[in-house]
Amino acid sequence: MNCIVCMTSVPDTASVIKVGGDGKGIDGSGIKWIVSPYDEYALEEALQITEAKGGEVTVVTYGPDRAEAALRDCLARGAHQAVHILGGEATLGDSFTIAKVLAAAIKDREYDIVLCGFKGVGTDCGQVGQMLAGLLDLPHVVNVLELEVGDGSLTAGRDVEGGKEKLESPLPSLVTCQKGLNEPRYAALKGIMAAKKKPVEKIEVASLGVDEGAGGFYKVEKLELPPAKAAGTIIQGEDDAAAAAAELVKLLREEAKAI
Amino acid sequence: MAGILVFVEQRKSEIRNASLQALSEAKRQGGAVSAVLPGSGIGEAAAGLGAWGADKIYVADDPNLDLYSSDGYAEVVVKAVEQAQPSAIFFAGTAMGRDLAPTVAARLGVGAIPDAVGLELDGETFSVRRPVYSGKATTTADTAGNTPQIISLRPNVFAAEESAGAGEVVALDGLSLSIRAVVKELLEAEGGELDVAEADVIVAGGRGIKGPENFALIKSLADALGGAVGASRAAVDAGWIEHSHQVGQTGKVVSPSLYVAAGISGAIQHLAGMSSSKVIVAINKDPDAPIFKIADYGIVGDLFDVIPPMVDAIKAL
Ligand SMILES: Cc1cc2nc3c(=O)[nH]c(=O)nc-3n(C[C@H](O)[C@H](O)[C@H](O)COP(=O)(O)OP(=O)(O)OC[C@H]3O[C@@H](n4cnc5c(N)ncnc54)[C@H](O)[C@@H]3O)c2cc1C
Ligand SMILES: Nc1ncnc2c1ncn2[C@@H]1O[C@H](COP(=O)(O)O)[C@@H](O)[C@H]1O
Repeated sequence: MNCIVCMTSVPDTASVIKVGGDGKGIDGSGIKWIVSPYDEYALEEALQITEAKGGEVTVVTYGPDRAEAALRDCLARGAHQAVHILGGEATLGDSFTIAKVLAAAIKDREYDIVLCGFKGVGTDCGQVGQMLAGLLDLPHVVNVLELEVGDGSLTAGRDVEGGKEKLESPLPSLVTCQKGLNEPRYAALKGIMAAKKKPVEKIEVASLGVDEGAGGFYKVEKLELPPAKAAGTIIQGEDDAAAAAAELVKLLREEAKAI
Repeated sequence: MAGILVFVEQRKSEIRNASLQALSEAKRQGGAVSAVLPGSGIGEAAAGLGAWGADKIYVADDPNLDLYSSDGYAEVVVKAVEQAQPSAIFFAGTAMGRDLAPTVAARLGVGAIPDAVGLELDGETFSVRRPVYSGKATTTADTAGNTPQIISLRPNVFAAEESAGAGEVVALDGLSLSIRAVVKELLEAEGGELDVAEADVIVAGGRGIKGPENFALIKSLADALGGAVGASRAAVDAGWIEHSHQVGQTGKVVSPSLYVAAGISGAIQHLAGMSSSKVIVAINKDPDAPIFKIADYGIVGDLFDVIPPMVDAIKAL
């Protein structure tokens, strides 16, 4: 059972985001780039599948040089192979271009399942997986919380608004992984040492026949920080909680018109 | 401009409110509005869309479309696109819409922009405003000249309003549905519990509520306000409530009219999920809790003392 995991590296979730000089992207200085949190579930699931059924986990990332650290982290956690497609700074959020690049790099490999994160933390798109499935002509299931891989098909469970769905899909399939699917492992020291020796396959994006400079499918006009919020009305409620509660309800009714 | 095609979502023939919001926004943009509605036994629901501004309603009524599948529904939308030739396709940004929009986009060979909170039309081109970095920033972007422009709209941001459309129903035939990933079962949540992603009012509890049993207190306030129950990751990770209630960077991103955070400190990853709420209320006993920095209203106090009289005061309104 060979698994391919698509991994994107993103700013650490505790990062403070600042707008970069061009007004379109972030200021990358001081930012630590990590494996996107949902991609950790994808990697963990792939590792568990291959531990149970044999086969290899190949992690693929498309991004600039700095993405290599996150790729090494995946190797340290136990991934067998790593593929780094170099480029990608210009296409942040351009889900379809990213999917085209990934599809070109994946299509001739051997795999039974492709695993992605439910969304990239930062782009917040939740699109690349579905688009990649389309380009590879695979069925897909997004947002999975439960996954069981059988012979020739998989069953998956997920939440939808107001309910839960159980799905079945033939292999090969693509799934996108949601928090709750598993508990991602951390890299142990032994894994970190071993990862240093594992090779990373480097591919230039141009060699995949995708022209990054061609304009893509998503043109960013600007990036802005949300306007600073005016200070709120804070009521002291330690001594007389009931009076504070009554005052709050009155303000919400009469001033904020929220209830 | 050329028309906008709106994907309309129903469950058991009931049209989802988020789809009515998308239809209404399409109408407000000015051009011709058409709708596409897949399902089974949905004739009446389709006819009703004329009252929400749709001039044409493309209907695919087929038992195989009773439950959602990305393959089946994408095929229907692509068929409607061939007929309507729209310049843009709107989806409601529900779980279904967020899956379907990129699926359709890949089949049409174009990109897609998710989670729009603002739309501006310049000639034929939509400039789409949407939050990124979990709401820490906002970006404005377009589809770089590719059409149709596929855009999904964040629920509860755009108003639903009735308006007259021609309401002509067109049956889509000649579908050759090939559905690979199949929904085998749909289990409805008990009592039709309101999901935070769709709720207009959310009351969320965090580690400060001390234990799973106290979500009853959070729910009493949510019920009084007609809202849904949310939670911080700390409460979810402690096993007090299911992940489907989690708000934040690795939970749901919400923008209700009213968000009440009780016993939640306001970590950056939590704020990422709720900072775009219209009115934010914080209840926390620590006056220095970061949640107060983004709160419009707050009470410094013990939530166990504050919430019961709040519920009483709301019921007395
Ligand atoms: C990768 C990553 C992703 C994350 N994603 C999310 C996410 O999606 N959502 C999320 O919420 N967090 C997320 N977090 C976790 C986040 O960093 C915080 O740890 C979490 O939000 C804290 O939850 P809390 O506010 O309930 O708990 P705490 O920070 O412990 O705060 C509890 C608060 O309750 C108050 N309190 C205690 N008793 C009372 C009382 N009786 N009355 C009133 N107030 C009281 C305290 O003063 C305190 O402010 C993420 C973290 C990481 C690293
Ligand atoms: N540059 C990339 N390289 C590899 N995988 C990616 C990349 N961008 C997105 N993905 C995958 O697609 C998922 C969804 O990303 P997004 O559509 O940007 O939210 C991520 O969780 C990854 O699994």
